[in-house]
Amino acid sequence: MGAGHAHRLYRHGHSPVHRLPPHCKLVAVLGFVVVVVSTPREALWAFALYAVLLAAVAAVARVPAGFLLKRLAIEVPFVAFALLMPFVVPGEQTELLGLTVSVPGLWGAWNVLAKGTLGVAASVLLASTTELRSLLLGLQRLRLPPLLVQIASFMLRYGDVITDELRRMSIARRSRGFEARGVRHWGVLAKTAGALFIRSYERGERVHLAMVSRGYTGTMPVIDEVTASRAQWAYACALPVLALGVCLLGWTV
Amino acid sequence: MHVPDGFINAPVSAVAGVVAAGAVAVSLRGARRELDGRTAPLAGLVAAFIFAVQMLNFPVAAGTSGHLLGGALAAILVGPYTGVLCIAVVLLMQGILFADGGLTALGVNITVMGVVTVVVAYALFRGLTGVLPRTRRSTTAAAFVAALVSVPAAAVAFTALYAIGGTTDVPLGKVLTAMVGVHVLIGIGEAAITALTVGAVLAVRPDLVHGAQGLAAPLKLRVDGALVDVPAAPAAEPAPAARGRSTRGVWATGLVAALLLAGFVSYYASASPDGLEKVAADKGIDENVKEHGAADSPLADYGVKDISDARLSGGLAGVIGVGVTVAVGSGVFWAVHRRRRPEPVAGALGSD
Repeated sequence: MGAGHAHRLYRHGHSPVHRLPPHCKLVAVLGFVVVVVSTPREALWAFALYAVLLAAVAAVARVPAGFLLKRLAIEVPFVAFALLMPFVVPGEQTELLGLTVSVPGLWGAWNVLAKGTLGVAASVLLASTTELRSLLLGLQRLRLPPLLVQIASFMLRYGDVITDELRRMSIARRSRGFEARGVRHWGVLAKTAGALFIRSYERGERVHLAMVSRGYTGTMPVIDEVTASRAQWAYACALPVLALGVCLLGWTV
Repeated sequence: MHVPDGFINAPVSAVAGVVAAGAVAVSLRGARRELDGRTAPLAGLVAAFIFAVQMLNFPVAAGTSGHLLGGALAAILVGPYTGVLCIAVVLLMQGILFADGGLTALGVNITVMGVVTVVVAYALFRGLTGVLPRTRRSTTAAAFVAALVSVPAAAVAFTALYAIGGTTDVPLGKVLTAMVGVHVLIGIGEAAITALTVGAVLAVRPDLVHGAQGLAAPLKLRVDGALVDVPAAPAAEPAPAARGRSTRGVWATGLVAALLLAGFVSYYASASPDGLEKVAADKGIDENVKEHGAADSPLADYGVKDISDARLSGGLAGVIGVGVTVAVGSGVFWAVHRRRRPEPVAGALGSD
């Protein structure tokens, strides 16, 4: 992804959060999520505090609430599952809004909803304040195998190309009057997938040849090493450390 | 099927993460061999393909639609190591960028959706192509069965993880029934699309399909409008293979037929009672559980289920059991078989 080709997940900005080195942010988000997951679910106020912490980060990063909430829609499928839980879990029953629900089920639903939502919100904040390329640099910095980082970078770089190819095929199908209505049309969709695979694979071969002809030997040269100062680490770790404090309080209180 | 944060507890997530990391490490090594050095660009492009193909919605009956998981497809098209690698990368990127699947649940997701689907699908596929005649049609059929079993197998793997480290108290039998029931349905669609896709690629570029590398089509000549086999050399090639599988062929075919049959029967059985959506029915079961008052053990949960549900879950578990056994068995068989005859296989592959 060259200059000016920011992904739609990324929200351009110059806030302190945007400026943090990517690997610090990755560590901070991971630490935060781990802390959230290991918090006892009975400590309701702890989750409220986590949400406040995330809101503070969003405010510092100048990510508007609407943007964040829109991206939270990804978790709708498991919200549906969580809402079902009070009805299917056996145990002590109670009345809530005129419905008979089970107490362990309610706790379970709350557990999944709260922790899942906080995790999704943290990831969304990370993705919207960090460019894809620097995210990959951060992963490499965190000692992810270089080959894996390369594969991921190729996937991201060509993901949009391949998706567009799929979209063009879909437009071509529709312009010829095709609409997938049922099982009988699976064959057409499968031929699309087959054609897409061949196109992707052949493109991969061409890319590889192009790289070899430019001196590729199996490893990518690191041209911009990202480094982090102690202050930046401290700044990034404020979030998980504060969360850890909340978590410890949640266990003791 | 992306598992969110907080669904599986921390220790089990950590163990799953270690398993996933190990699988990815092994796959990194294996993929270099499968793609002969072109790992980074090709695996990256295949991962992009899987990412795109997961957006390809196929209509299922009654206005709903599903999408491919792609584990079996990747394993058959590019090989198991590259398959695991590509799915792991897709899941990693989905977790970090799209917040699809929790970060702490990344290991669980990679283990369940990447490793289990690919390993089960590929072992089953290899076993089946080993015993079936070497034709395109049998490759497609093997792809169908492999994909069909791989999806419910992932559901079973998820249920197993849930049984060890689930944070909610939904009874195990119910989770298993719901997960496997829903995923058998998804598996049917996955199987059909996977088989058709493999067939489509086979028709155009059979050399690209990793799972069909041994499939050398005999040269045909058109003489007076009729296709005629080229005499001599190709005729001698399939003979040793045929001799090798003469005794095994009968029971292997029978087993495959049984598996297919069971898969379809369970499809029709599970089509009417949908475990997750029939809340009312579940509430009925809940009352039963309360009457019995022994909700703690999974056995009790199996016991209180009404007959159709028990039969359903039992039958499905049976199918999965058969599938996994065939997968493991034929995988072992394949490994032994390959070790015993390295020369002809290498010759048939014709790889460089």
